[in-house]
Amino acid sequence: MKLKLLRDNHPLREIWRRFKKNHSAMIGLYLLLIILFVAIFADLIVPYEKAIKQVGTDRLLSPSMAHPFGTDHLGRDFAARVVHGSRYSLLIGISTSVISLIIGGLLGAFCGYYGGRFDNLVMRLMDVIMSIPPVLLSLAVVAALGANLRNLLIAITISCIPSTVRLVRSVVISIADQDYIEAAQSYNTSDFRIILKYILPNAMGPIIVNTTMSIAVMILSAAGLSFIGMGVQPPSPEWGSLLSEARQYMFKAPYLLYFPGVAILMSALSFNLVGDGLRDALDPKLKN
Amino acid sequence: MKQPIIEIEHLKKYFPVKEGKLHALDDISLSIFEGQTLGVVGESGCGKSTLGRTLLRLVEPTDGIIRYDGRDITKLNRKELADVRRDMQIIFQDPYASLNPRMTVKELIAEPLIVNKIISNKKELMKEVDRLMALVGLSQRLSMAYPHELDGGRRQRIGIARAIAMKPRFIVCDEPVSALDVSIQAQILNLLMDLQAELSLTYLFITHDLSVVRHISTNIAVMYLGQCVEMAPSKVLFKNPVHPYTKALLSAIPIPSSSMRHKAIETVKGEVVSPINPLPGCRFAQRCPGCGEQCAHYESELIEVEPKHFVACPSAVKAYMAQK
Amino acid sequence: MKPLLSIENLAVAYQTDLETVAAVNGISFAIHKGQTLGIVGETGAGKTTTALSILRLLPDRTGIIKSGKIEFEGEDLLTYSERAMRKVRGEKVAMIFQDPMTALNPVIPIGKQIAEALILHNPDGMSRDDIEDRVDASLKMVGISPQRKGDYPHQFSGGMKQRVIIAIALACKPKLIIADEPTTALDVTIQAQVLQMINDLKSELQTAMIMITHDLGIVAQTCDEVAVMYAGEIVEYGMMEDIFDAPVHHPYTVGLFGSIPSLDQDVERLYTIDGLMPDPTNLPVGCKFMDRCPKVMPICQEAPKTYTISGKHQIKCHLFSDIAQSPSDSGKADTNTAEPDKGANP
Repeated sequence: MKLKLLRDNHPLREIWRRFKKNHSAMIGLYLLLIILFVAIFADLIVPYEKAIKQVGTDRLLSPSMAHPFGTDHLGRDFAARVVHGSRYSLLIGISTSVISLIIGGLLGAFCGYYGGRFDNLVMRLMDVIMSIPPVLLSLAVVAALGANLRNLLIAITISCIPSTVRLVRSVVISIADQDYIEAAQSYNTSDFRIILKYILPNAMGPIIVNTTMSIAVMILSAAGLSFIGMGVQPPSPEWGSLLSEARQYMFKAPYLLYFPGVAILMSALSFNLVGDGLRDALDPKLKN
Repeated sequence: MKQPIIEIEHLKKYFPVKEGKLHALDDISLSIFEGQTLGVVGESGCGKSTLGRTLLRLVEPTDGIIRYDGRDITKLNRKELADVRRDMQIIFQDPYASLNPRMTVKELIAEPLIVNKIISNKKELMKEVDRLMALVGLSQRLSMAYPHELDGGRRQRIGIARAIAMKPRFIVCDEPVSALDVSIQAQILNLLMDLQAELSLTYLFITHDLSVVRHISTNIAVMYLGQCVEMAPSKVLFKNPVHPYTKALLSAIPIPSSSMRHKAIETVKGEVVSPINPLPGCRFAQRCPGCGEQCAHYESELIEVEPKHFVACPSAVKAYMAQK
Repeated sequence: MKPLLSIENLAVAYQTDLETVAAVNGISFAIHKGQTLGIVGETGAGKTTTALSILRLLPDRTGIIKSGKIEFEGEDLLTYSERAMRKVRGEKVAMIFQDPMTALNPVIPIGKQIAEALILHNPDGMSRDDIEDRVDASLKMVGISPQRKGDYPHQFSGGMKQRVIIAIALACKPKLIIADEPTTALDVTIQAQVLQMINDLKSELQTAMIMITHDLGIVAQTCDEVAVMYAGEIVEYGMMEDIFDAPVHHPYTVGLFGSIPSLDQDVERLYTIDGLMPDPTNLPVGCKFMDRCPKVMPICQEAPKTYTISGKHQIKCHLFSDIAQSPSDSGKADTNTAEPDKGANP
């Protein structure tokens, strides 16, 4: 379908063919498309005003036709809040993963390709970062910079970079050993071109898989930080902060926990399933 | 007398390993003349691939001189080296591993021309790629194919087209036919010989296959554990092998002839010893049928037994001379 | 005498949801006790598939035996259950694989790996001590000191590992050994040692052997009979002398011999077989060699029969359909094309 533009023999086509055969990955993909659709067209589905408009008479209403997910303790339509929350969660998940991929990927590629003292320095620094529990690290960053969305992104990105650097570095080392790299050197290809045209395209497989998977982790850790009040601040309807607010009413209005909880679960699950499917589809040993 | 295009003097390459130094090349000296093919034979681990790579400085030599057209290239900086490398190319053993799997045939062959800014006009570039593909016998319709869709013979043709794209004078062929089936191997060998005649190329042909090396080479150097043990014009080497290792190697080849069935297979005892911190003296001594006490003191020096025929074993030389 | 192993009209295909690869297309041959059959051919000729079919080791879902019979000691192996097959493998038929580097378990000492084969089958109800003795004997047989049985595979060189693998294969004294390119990964001097050892052991133990190789030199040194395979068919079959010395050959055999650079004759250009092996997912209807054959005729659109030239010498090619009528003519006509292989003979 969407790969029609590609030539018959393009490797991506082959990957798509194998991906299609994996049922759980396809379920993950559909789920992901639905979530993406909701996030992108949130304003068309339900206006943002509805998510922040407080109606004093409508507090803690159970789900009904008017309010499919009920209302919260300030009388806001909970369905609207969950729908708009998807924007925050996906924004956080995707942007932190992409930023850490760019920074970590470049660092890892240089470390892996050149090795030596620079590599050693960067890797020890990464070891230091990795030895701090990620939640603690994010907390420290947010505490130092202040609790808002931007700082949350920075905090999560920093805790994610070391694993990306390590992964990219190991992939690059194995590719740098291949004959075609030596061949490229024999006809004077510059290091920059080698990294860009030879190493990175061939390292893409594991890196894409890792990034998809890490989006799920990022969504979860953002929700976690918001839940303890260190992330997105009210009245912004982030799923983690929705959960946090709902905590006080968990016995009176348990549905307030279910909906954002299920939303977090579904989005993390969809990215994980797609990532898993990609890994299998990209592995040439599992051909057919 | 023709000028040597490549001259190597006392070339050494030691790789540092945990236990000490791995002597991949130990004091190799040889010359390759314009338009000729020097075959390098030896078993795995004898340093023949390292020799080819050191010549192009893909591996930095530990010591020694490599002269290209009379100019020492071991001290060149990056930019000067880049100029020299346009004239010196390499064809790899495993055609699949040496081709970037994410590039099409066209892109692969165009790459050296783009990188070295030889042709910048896109149309001319494509014309040149077409010409190169025709030259190595690749049909036009394959230009958009990826290496994984092609068979070994065609992949090697891409490798050859890429190597000759910059119009080099000298090509290192590192076991270019070892991974191929015999019928395909014959096609590629013929192609290499045709190109040599057409483009007046000089080859360093590395292989473990003696029948291939005899077919393609003008001169042959036999290597054992980082040293050159015998060097001679190829016909002479096959007719009058002098060094015991050369003799052992020649007798070990299974000859496709029915008369071989009921002959005992001639074997030489033992295996290649480790190239890490080798003992002084002859490195073949432990396996050599004619080994004596004196072998522990031999310097690996080549002795000329007849014009252009060099042997590194003094006892064998003495015996050979006496026989003559 | 009844043959030890006889294969009749075996056809094997690999089926995936995308395509069907016709790997072996109706081959027949027989091996007697103590004999060695060489199967020669290039990559994709179906040599290894034939070997795997005999042991029923084809990949589970994709490898399918379409037709044929594989009789071993008079019984059809294709009717055996998986359990019964397990008894056959190793105990009666053993296989030696090409790559000695990956065929051994890296974390188990080699003596134990040999013993494992013995314990699994334990053909003669041996005691522990007997097994130890047998391990020592097997190692000695392949020229490795029994003192090294506690060593791990990485402590051995490639040639020595291949010896260990042969020791494992021989441990249960099988009646048939299938060797799939046993020396391809080895250096020539080591290859000579291993081939010499294989020859000695065969004559000592009277084991039959299938030697799969692409190297005609190895065939000359080890085989009694030879089958030349091309695109899943046996195109020529005969005694080793027939294949090497007879005046007439299948055009593919001629090309194969001509492709090898000779060690004692000078040729300007090598004789080549043009083109490539046909696509096994889409084989030509008639003769499989048609597209590459220098002597192709209109009749080649039909599949050729196998014609007997003399004794055991058989060729599957239309050129020989009239050999009974005018044997001398077709014989002469072919002497010319057979010329390149003459170069290989001293």
